[in-house]
Amino acid sequence: MTMVIQTVLTIGGAGLVCGGALALAARFLAVKEDPRVAEVDGILPGANCGGCGYAGCAAYAEAIVLEDAPINLCAPGGAEILSKLAGATGQTAQMAEHKVAIVLCGGDVENAPRKFDYNGVADCQAAHTTGGGDKACPYGCLGYASCSRACPVGAIEIVDGIAKVHPDLCISCGACVRTCPRALIKMVPYARKIHVMCSSRDKGPAVKKACKVGCIGCTICAKLAEDEAIKMQGFLAVVDYDKELDNDAVIEKCPGKCIVRI
Amino acid sequence: MSELSIVSSSPHAHSGSSVRRIMLDVIIALVPAVLVSLYFFGWDAFRLTTACVVTCVAAEAASRKWMGRNIGIDDLSAIITGILLAFNLPPTLPTWMAVVGSVFAIVICKQLFGGIGYNPFNPALAGRVMLLISFPVFMTRWSEWTIPSPIGMDAVTTATPLGLVKTTIGSAGALPFDFTGSAMLQLFVGNQNGCIGEVSAAALLLGGIYLLIRRCITWHIPVAYIATVAVFSGILWIHHPQQNLAPHFHVLSGGLMLGAIFMATDMVTSPVTKRGMLVFGIGCGILTMLIRKWGGYPEGVSFAILLMNAVTPLINRATRPRVFGAPKGGRKQS
Amino acid sequence: MGAIKAKFSAPGGVHPAYHKDLAAEQPIAEMPLPASLVISMSQHLGKPATPTVKKGDTVLRGQVIGEAAGFISAAVHAPTSGTVKLVAPVPTAAGPRATAVTIEPDGEDKWIDGMAPCPDWRQLEKKDIVEKIAAAGITGMGGAGFPTHVKVSPPPETAIDTLILNGAECEPYLTADYRLMVERAADIWEGALIIAKALEATNIYVAIEDNKPLAIAAMAEAMPEQAGAAHVVALKTEYPQGAEKQQIFAVTGREVPAGGLPLNVGIVVENVGTTLAVWDAVVNGRPLTERVTTVTGGPVAKPGNVLARLGTSSADMVEFCGGTSSPVAKIISGGPMMGFAQADMSGPTTKTTSGLLLLGPESVHAYESMPCISCGRCVGVCPMNLMPNELSQFLEAEDYETAEAYNVMDCIECGCCAFECPAHRPLVQHMRRGKAQVMLNRRKQ
Repeated sequence: MTMVIQTVLTIGGAGLVCGGALALAARFLAVKEDPRVAEVDGILPGANCGGCGYAGCAAYAEAIVLEDAPINLCAPGGAEILSKLAGATGQTAQMAEHKVAIVLCGGDVENAPRKFDYNGVADCQAAHTTGGGDKACPYGCLGYASCSRACPVGAIEIVDGIAKVHPDLCISCGACVRTCPRALIKMVPYARKIHVMCSSRDKGPAVKKACKVGCIGCTICAKLAEDEAIKMQGFLAVVDYDKELDNDAVIEKCPGKCIVRI
Repeated sequence: MSELSIVSSSPHAHSGSSVRRIMLDVIIALVPAVLVSLYFFGWDAFRLTTACVVTCVAAEAASRKWMGRNIGIDDLSAIITGILLAFNLPPTLPTWMAVVGSVFAIVICKQLFGGIGYNPFNPALAGRVMLLISFPVFMTRWSEWTIPSPIGMDAVTTATPLGLVKTTIGSAGALPFDFTGSAMLQLFVGNQNGCIGEVSAAALLLGGIYLLIRRCITWHIPVAYIATVAVFSGILWIHHPQQNLAPHFHVLSGGLMLGAIFMATDMVTSPVTKRGMLVFGIGCGILTMLIRKWGGYPEGVSFAILLMNAVTPLINRATRPRVFGAPKGGRKQS
Repeated sequence: MGAIKAKFSAPGGVHPAYHKDLAAEQPIAEMPLPASLVISMSQHLGKPATPTVKKGDTVLRGQVIGEAAGFISAAVHAPTSGTVKLVAPVPTAAGPRATAVTIEPDGEDKWIDGMAPCPDWRQLEKKDIVEKIAAAGITGMGGAGFPTHVKVSPPPETAIDTLILNGAECEPYLTADYRLMVERAADIWEGALIIAKALEATNIYVAIEDNKPLAIAAMAEAMPEQAGAAHVVALKTEYPQGAEKQQIFAVTGREVPAGGLPLNVGIVVENVGTTLAVWDAVVNGRPLTERVTTVTGGPVAKPGNVLARLGTSSADMVEFCGGTSSPVAKIISGGPMMGFAQADMSGPTTKTTSGLLLLGPESVHAYESMPCISCGRCVGVCPMNLMPNELSQFLEAEDYETAEAYNVMDCIECGCCAFECPAHRPLVQHMRRGKAQVMLNRRKQ
């Protein structure tokens, strides 16, 4: 019986001492945090995608509350979260247009040959800096899935050797844009469907040699599109997403077959 | 091969070594000990070794398929696990227990951790310890063996030398026999009781020399381990010769040779730095002697190595070499 | 003057198969002018030069066609007289593209009336020597291609007491520096004296691996007694004895601080080829327009050491060496340990092309990388005392901060780790990627 009492006393005593210490520590070592930060953090989606430019949702919440950061930076959150944030902070803001990522390259296994057998780390940055990448086209998608790994929601898939973004899954965080060593990924308005699926700045003959579906810089589309909705940047046609473009002629007339409707 | 040239990052030359080749060398190094075990234990050695190797390879193949890993079994590492586990089993063990131990070693201790390269503990030793704890009676039932007696009358025992010593010193105090001259030779060639692979120091040393020549192991771990055991037991022996065994006996009996040459040197679970290897070997030696002298088991090699496996990452961290050009003694790397 | 043995040896190192016998006894052969020369503006470390000619221009040999762009950069000169056919980007040996000037030689090989020869260089001021070196566009011809005029003009507060000529040539297969030392020892020695004067260095060492006794003898004979110390130092034959920091330690016992430069310990290292180029520039007034390159490897019909103009394509050089006699699986610019694999043989010779190595299918393997088995061999052979095993694991997980804390930036990419790795892990590629990413992260901050 004494043993039972001794045990209970010892363990109970130890528990009391430790509990007391914890209680004191909680009181004296507490980190003062603005309660509004926690509130805003609670509203944010918690994906920690970094699309807002801050280290994560908690950092963005802190920035909103303490540094008056704009509240419309959370692309994954969309309009719903924006209105909740507006309610919590009293700020008003317009949600930016819903944008999604797109990989501007159509040179899949079929269309774009490789110039050597690459043997090494399966990562686009690594492949890009080893012999300049195994794709004959120095601008094309290498297909080693670095963007796909960077995507927090699994919206990017490698199909036939090139990356494809599923627009309905994309939360527009921009992680893929920052990862791609060839800067092929652009954020474009969700509603826009016509794209020039090529990023090669080479002249026509060089493009033709490297890819069957590359932009050869013929300027036909730039002439067909109204209001300069497609502009030439050197030897590459580039869609100006600020302008309207719904003209199937540019698709049909493109000799490089690189303008497509998605 | 396609007609395109191959482009890869430098270097474009390779030493020619491969994981498979290393594993093959370990298997070759184990051959003398396998032959000795067949000589002394006959059918039982064959039965256990075959059961372990077949089960290990099958378990490896099955779990890799199940876990969707694309690396095949052709790295031969499962065969080594099988042989080493069998080496750590007493000859009388039922076959089904060997099978259970093999499955545990491969599936639980290796593949569940991520397969080759990722297991923190030596799978064969973990399998043995699991069996030892689960089936203590079966795992300590040895065959009959004639011990060399100090008074010239040979006696038959079913205990291992270390087990005999542990029980007699524990109860009476004086050693039941001494090991000198021809008795030492007997231990050296392997005519003693024990697990099927650990009995012959000669065969294990032969394998160890082969591994050293092939650069599969370095001298650091085995030498540090064996020397530590010798020094530790030597101090005890000088201090109290009646109560303690001589260092040469400690070195030649039990699983020390097998452990020091083949188990503690397992690349995956031992440190990568030379200094770390020395620390590892010394740690194994001290733990082995602590268990042999004061522990509940007569033998402590398995436990010692497994415990040191657990601290291998810490040893690696602590023995990180000074980067060439970094200030001497300074700049601790976080 | 005889050779002394190196007293020290840096950590790590490996012993690859050398295959130097393929080209070692082939005297340097001057190659005729090819039909076209492609001169990359990215011949060196640092910023590529800015082209100063355009399509249709006629140029003379030695005429500047690319101006140094910034402090760490070097001028590029026309390697022969002819017409500029094209100014357009082409891939460099390392991969990324850079602007290049294509010249069609007119066959006259007429020199421009440029720098004056100066056999009496002892009268020159320090800064005149540096100027001449800069004007000649000389860059390190052994490896990275650091602009030489930057190297020989250390900040005034830094005292340089020692010049080391790097004749180790530890890369397997390559014999270009070896041939230079055997055939041009006296000129190399004079070049060394010129550099030593510019640096005010009193000690000159010529570091040569002890598997090149003829080069050691030739250099030792070329070096007369003089004030201060001048010695040929025979290094233990071990890769990478030619790596700057490791060589400095082997020769002098001084350790270049991590992240530092040789001049932090009062030393400048120059490749023997670079030294000869300095001699040519200062004494003969000729800018750098050609170099000796070893064309070698199993498939090359007649391996040899070729004196080729900058811009000569790999294909032309191989053709000069009798073409190929067996299938080629890998084309490497440089040696097998640190060279760059090429997609094809269109790549041009640059100031850093120390070799062109062709490997047949029998010595080329596409390796499947396995998980690390912690054998520790990479740790044992790393000449920088790094732990490539764990670094590669951090980098595989894209944990660049930890890799940086564990000194990934000290990696010299020598390739010893990957050479030894039984799991065939692409360790060097991981390091390269990690270093690039860490540099990027540092710049962001």
